Amino acid sequence: MAKQVFKRPDAIKENVFHYCPGCGHSIIHRLVAEVIDELGIRDKTVGVPPAGCAVLAYNYINVDMGEAPHGRAIAVATGIKRARPELIVFTYQGDGDIAAIGTAETIHAANRGERLSVIFVNNGVYGMTGGQMAPTTLLGQTTTTTPGGRLPLRDGFPLDLSQMLAVANGSVYIERTAVTSPKNIIKAKKAIKKAFQVQMDDLGFALVEVLSQCPTNWKLSPVEACRRVEEEVMQNYPLGIIKDTTHKGD
Amino acid sequence: MKKKGFIRINSELCKGCGLCITACLKGSIRISNKLNMKGYHPAEYIENEKSKNRKCTGCALCAITCPDIAIEVFRD
Repeated sequence: MAKQVFKRPDAIKENVFHYCPGCGHSIIHRLVAEVIDELGIRDKTVGVPPAGCAVLAYNYINVDMGEAPHGRAIAVATGIKRARPELIVFTYQGDGDIAAIGTAETIHAANRGERLSVIFVNNGVYGMTGGQMAPTTLLGQTTTTTPGGRLPLRDGFPLDLSQMLAVANGSVYIERTAVTSPKNIIKAKKAIKKAFQVQMDDLGFALVEVLSQCPTNWKLSPVEACRRVEEEVMQNYPLGIIKDTTHKGD
Repeated sequence: MKKKGFIRINSELCKGCGLCITACLKGSIRISNKLNMKGYHPAEYIENEKSKNRKCTGCALCAITCPDIAIEVFRD
């Protein structure tokens, strides 16, 4: 008798994802849902999706969701967590959301050590609005607002938000992962699970940066986009644990 | 008998991105010539779940990679 070893997670609704073929968002949605299932926290989890491609995350992840203005997901999540500390609150944000428009509240939330789990999806462009340059866009990368490639003296340098937040004393766990191959996806799931675990243990601010592919706005096929993440993006944003002070227990 | 597996691909959920094809170590998945309701060419499983000499081991790497959760994996 055949045994089912992989099925749709219970915390994912039946709706078909609206994302483009090969998009990393849908993989990360599934990982978050699997982690919520495994930890058994679906009835007390509240998510805050961003403005951006993942704005409709509430159509897919079957937990309570509260929408926030662009970039303000962490500020809204702070309010939810402080009003109801027994809830597990996570935010799901893109790079334009967390690293450009929401930089102020993100840094201060990390510095205060808010008990939040933050999923930071970094694909280097503003995906929903048509692929404009984001702070995380790599030098030389062509976008609709940098048609000749990003120049450092005109457009500035790529912003490494995870490193910035690792400097803040309130953050306890920050890891950068990717979803380009089965191996990286399994590692990303472990990191997301740990970020939720840090919050359940009441330790402090946890953030998982996920390097994601955006085949449509990079104008590559899904397989080529995964290769670009591995060959180019990972050179600038190396994978691995950036900060982990959970073992100290304070 | 060696343990074998098989997969089922929901062709209406699949968008034909092809990531499962690069993930499959046995080369048991290909892009179909048919179109689904959305107008994509979905991935299709080459083997048959009833055949005895199939290569699929049920490792689930294709399902882990699939962005649209279109693949279900079974093991004998």
